[in-house]
This record gives sequence, C-alpha cells and structure tokens, in this order.
Amino acid sequence: MEIRSRSGWFDIDLSELWRYRDLIFLFVRRDFVAYYKQTVLGPLWFLLQPLFTTVVFTIIFSRVAQIPTDGLPPFLFYMSGTVAWTYFASCMTQTSNTFITNAAIFGKVYFPRLVVPISVVISNLIAFAIQFGLFLAFMCYFYLTGSDIHPNIWLLLVPVLLIQMAALGLGMGIVISSLTTKYRDLTFALGFGVQLWMYATPIVYPLSQIPAQWQWLFALNPMTAIIETFRYAFLGSGAIQPWVLGVSFAMTILILVIGIVLFSRVEKTFMDTI
Amino acid sequence: MGRTSHMSDVVIRVENLYKEYRLGTIGQGYLFRDIQSGWAKIRGTKDPNARIGSVNREQLNSTNARFCALKEVSFDVRQGEVVGIIGRNGAGKSTLLKIISRVTAPTSGTIKIKGRVASLLEVGTGFHPELTGRENIFLNGAILGMHKGEIEQKFDEIVRFAEIDKFIDTPVKRYSSGMYVRLAFAVAAHLEPEILVVDEVLAVGDVAFQKKCLGKMEEVAKEGRTVLFVSHNMTAVKALCSRGIVIEDGQIIFDGDTSKAVDFYLGSKRLSEDRSIPVAERKREHGCSLRAKIVDITVISDGQRNPKIIDPFKPLIIQMKVESGIDLRCAAEIRISDEMQSICLFDSGYIHGQDIFVKPGMNIIECRINPLKLYSGNYLIYCGLVIHGTEVIDRVENAYSFSIDECDPNKTGFNIQKGGNGFFYVDHEWKCP
Repeated sequence: MEIRSRSGWFDIDLSELWRYRDLIFLFVRRDFVAYYKQTVLGPLWFLLQPLFTTVVFTIIFSRVAQIPTDGLPPFLFYMSGTVAWTYFASCMTQTSNTFITNAAIFGKVYFPRLVVPISVVISNLIAFAIQFGLFLAFMCYFYLTGSDIHPNIWLLLVPVLLIQMAALGLGMGIVISSLTTKYRDLTFALGFGVQLWMYATPIVYPLSQIPAQWQWLFALNPMTAIIETFRYAFLGSGAIQPWVLGVSFAMTILILVIGIVLFSRVEKTFMDTI
Repeated sequence: MGRTSHMSDVVIRVENLYKEYRLGTIGQGYLFRDIQSGWAKIRGTKDPNARIGSVNREQLNSTNARFCALKEVSFDVRQGEVVGIIGRNGAGKSTLLKIISRVTAPTSGTIKIKGRVASLLEVGTGFHPELTGRENIFLNGAILGMHKGEIEQKFDEIVRFAEIDKFIDTPVKRYSSGMYVRLAFAVAAHLEPEILVVDEVLAVGDVAFQKKCLGKMEEVAKEGRTVLFVSHNMTAVKALCSRGIVIEDGQIIFDGDTSKAVDFYLGSKRLSEDRSIPVAERKREHGCSLRAKIVDITVISDGQRNPKIIDPFKPLIIQMKVESGIDLRCAAEIRISDEMQSICLFDSGYIHGQDIFVKPGMNIIECRINPLKLYSGNYLIYCGLVIHGTEVIDRVENAYSFSIDECDPNKTGFNIQKGGNGFFYVDHEWKCP
C-alpha cells in the first residue's frame, strides 16, 4: 500500500469500500439502536412524524388554502409526498454534517470516509420502510372504501426512484459536508434550504397546477420528477412526462459525481483544517 | 539510506516526507464573510473583515504563513523492529504517526507500507455509550479494520483480557472509566496487525493495566510484528524498543540504538544552547545600566546541568554568573513563564528582603527552588538584577527554556498539561468525611 499526497479527481477506492461493508452495517445498526434507545416512544416516532405532517398539510393546504390535489384524496396525496420527501431530506441533512460530527473518529483511525454517509442513507431506509408501510396501509384503506385511486405499471419504477432519492440525498449531503469543513455557516443555511426546496417541489400542490411556461423550471429540480412519478405509480394521477424523468436522472448522477469528487478531495486533509 | 536493504523485509519505507500546515484558518470559515470580502474587493473598498493593522490576507496566505511539521523525513522500518519515536511536544512525532495511520495525507513524499496498520492513537474510538459491551466490540473492531469473522473468533479472548465478562451485555455508559478503557484497549490489542502504532496509550488506565499493555506490546513484538511507539516515558522506550528515532522541528536528528537515542534526546538541549548566542552576548533592552552583567545561566535539576527536560517533582537550582566591576547591593529576579509568555512564577529578592552583595569579579548567584510541580508544557526563564525602584542593572529575557514532558503526581496515568488546568499541581486529597 502506498500513501501519498492527494492526487487525481476521482480518487475513490470502491473495492476498499466493499471490504468495509461490515462496518457500514454496524453503523446502520448503531444508528438505529441508539435512536430508539434514546427516545421514549422508540420507533413509534417514525410513524408519528409523517402522520402529523400529513394531517397538518391536509388541514392547511387542502381545507384552508383549497389547493386542488389532482382529484386524489388529499390525505393520500400529501402523505405520498411527505413520505418520499422525508427520506430524501433526512438523507441529505444527516450526511451533510459527516465531517463535523465524525471529526473525533476520523482524527484517530482510518477507514474509507464514505462508509459514514453510505450507512446514513441505509439507516434512513429503515425509517422509510416503516413510513412507507404506514402509507400502504392508508392506501389500502382508501382503495377498499372506494376512493378514486389507480395503482399502475409505474410501480415497477419505485425501486429505481428510491435508489435515485438515496443517490441524490447522498450526493447533496456529501457536497454540503465537504463545503462545511470550510464554511461552517452552511449548516445554518441548510435547514432553511431544505424547507425552501420542499416548497419548490410538488408536495403540497400538484405539478399540473404550475403554468405551462414555468414547467421547465420545475423540471430542473430533480425531486419534481421523483415525487410526481412516485405519486402517479401509487395513486394513478399526475402530470409526469418522460423527458422530465430523464432530466432528473441526469441531474442526480451529476450531483452524485460532483459530491464524490469534492468528498475525495476533502477527506484526505480535512483533519488539518477542522 | 534504505536503498541497500532489501524491500523484502522492509515493512515501512518513508521517503522524503513533507507535511505543511497553513497557519490560521483558510478563508474565514464563513461563506458569508468570504462573499463579503470578495464583494469589497470587486468594488475596491476596504475588506470589512480585515484585521486592523494586519498584513494583507494574500500575504498571509503565502509561504510565510505556513508551518512545516515534517521536513525531508526518510527512514525504513524492517519486519519485527520495535521503533521508539521520541521528541519534544510539537516536534512532529504525532504528525508522522497520523500520516502513517492515514488520518491525514502528506503534503509531498510517499510512504510504502506492507500489511495492515493499526493505530492506537487513542483507544475507544467510535464507542457508543448506548450500545452494550458486546455491540461495541463488534463496532470498534470493524472501525479498526477487522472483519466480522475475525472479531467473532477473538471475542472470548477480548472479553477475558478486558475482565468484563459479567457486564458484556450492559451499555458501556454504565461502565466505570477503568472498565471502559480496558475494553477499548482489549479490542485494539487483539487486532493482530502487521504494524502496530502506539501513541501515548500508556497514559491511560491504572498502573496494573499499564503493565498489561506493555506486556501486550512486548508480546506483539516477540511475534515478529512491527511496532512504532511514541512516548515521553523514556524508561518504557528503553525497555521495549530496539531502535530509537529522535525528531526535532520536523526532522530526524538521530536514528539508531535506543539508549543512545534517549541520551541524545535528553542531552540535545545543550547542543542547541551551544548553537545559540551566549547569554553574555545577547542584546539587552534599553534602560539596563549594566553596572554588573549576567554572563551565564545554569539550570540544575536532578543532578543534571542544563537539562532540556525537567522533572517537576525535583528541586530546581537556577544559577546566574554575574560579572561586576564594583561592589553592588541589589536584588536578583527570576520569572518562569510559558511559551505564550503567561507568567507562572515571579520572584525577586527584594520581596523577601534578601538582597545580594555583588563583588568585583565573577559572582555566582543561586536560587534554589523547591519542586515546582509544573504541569507538562514548555517554559521560559527570565533573569534580572535590579535595585528596587531605582535601577535596572541587567535583564535577560528568555534566558533559558525547558520543557516538562510528564506531570503525573499520583501515577494515575494522567499527564496533566498546562493551560486549561492551570500551571501547578498542588497536593490535595478527596474524601467523604
């Protein structure tokens, strides 16, 4: 093995990352165990959080603001958006402080640094699975009580959407974590940014409500296509076009690659600046 | 060097290693301020974040604001060697170990390593208080680079070594600090790496446990594995290492037999003193009458003259050699401060009515100080001769520098550092009366 000064743009050793897969899963386990040991309600929180958000959205945006929901039951409309968005947003915010929160460990031992953000993305998958289960349960209920929803062939795309959200969350998170080693104030901007991004994504309103001349702007947001497709697959209503999905896919890959490049440049020497 | 030895038994080859740190932070740490400064530059106005009276940031970021922690470091380590790396605080030892254990990257130069490196830079890395002992063994083992199978295989041995059998399924937040450290070390000790890097681990834990650790290190060395050991404990270095490397100011100044290395290290203060200007020829500040002159300063501690490292629990003698042409009644002063010029101690004869009488010719003035019990750190001594309130006869700033590498009054394994802890240890006792 050779140690030298940082070199190259894409300096990530994937085989090494694979050798550390045990560590990835132990981190996932640690995060999960630590999370539910420290809270009173334990994993119940995972259910309460999307439930409350959905109820609040239903009251405010549907009842009070009277924003249409593409003819779907408002409750399901908001819940599908919330569940998917929560997965992406928590991947992003939790990976965004990788370097700062792990400075103590990183300062003492070497292991591929990407192990940490990857494990975060996987840990969040557990929370997502629980919340997704809740969504499915409500969907079944609405379906059986005769609501106008149509799960369709696009469901096959859901695993891809999930991977895409994980990749996008990871990509954004590691871009931010690499930048926060230099700019601490980005951490503060992030909470605000996530909020803004959510409202720029069709979660509390359908994409069909956006005037045609602004559709292209929404297509640039990679989360737009993900949320719309997700909703369309389960509920059968939405305004998704294949080219928007293509743009979203390309944006995701671009962001992930930028993230990995930045991350690999920062990981070798960030201990000197932190 | 190194070219003659066969690569077959060389496990670490360090070539031309440089490590440079930029002093201060890069940028200002806040995106907002960087944008603000950038905007000011575009408009040609004054940078609102520039420090008053400071040099231009461009200048600051250029070469003079860099600190070279390691320069041209090259050495080979062969299979099975136990190398002690010694040097003063800040000499670059820890930086070297950090690069070898891949925590940070060198600025230039390469290190070739054969086999797995396990660093005991600090034990217990990644322990999570909510997880049980068992869970932490697996997690910590994996962080240190062990595979799951490997940990399972050594699990019982680790538990036995740590002596925590009964508490293995208790969250480690309920462990006593002793148990915690024992468990942490046990995991690291069972890593069986080809190269073990140990930095000051022996500073943790009780004496009995330290012995156990030293035993483990010896065992590792006997098995033919390579050990790099950084310590201020010269006794341990002499006992364990077959080779010593002395680092000063980022460079290797000695590489060879351990006891010679230790002697070289302990004596190196005299060498650097010889190099610098003698006390008599140093420039004095204005205002010194120089009716008598301090021409030399000698520090004696524990039977050594001018030691570089002082044992804080041994009395200290500071001798001033004063040359005078006349009879003079004056007071001698000493001051001990740390390298940041914070004063730790000041004493002047006039405070106690202990004036001295200097006679024509050479005089020796001696100040005997009871054990100072100073905490670890680097210190400077100032000496002076004054007539209180009327005359400064001579003053020598930074007349002598020394360091205290270990201050562990109760042998508990804590090396108390100056700074946040204050400067001196004072005898005291804890009780529940």
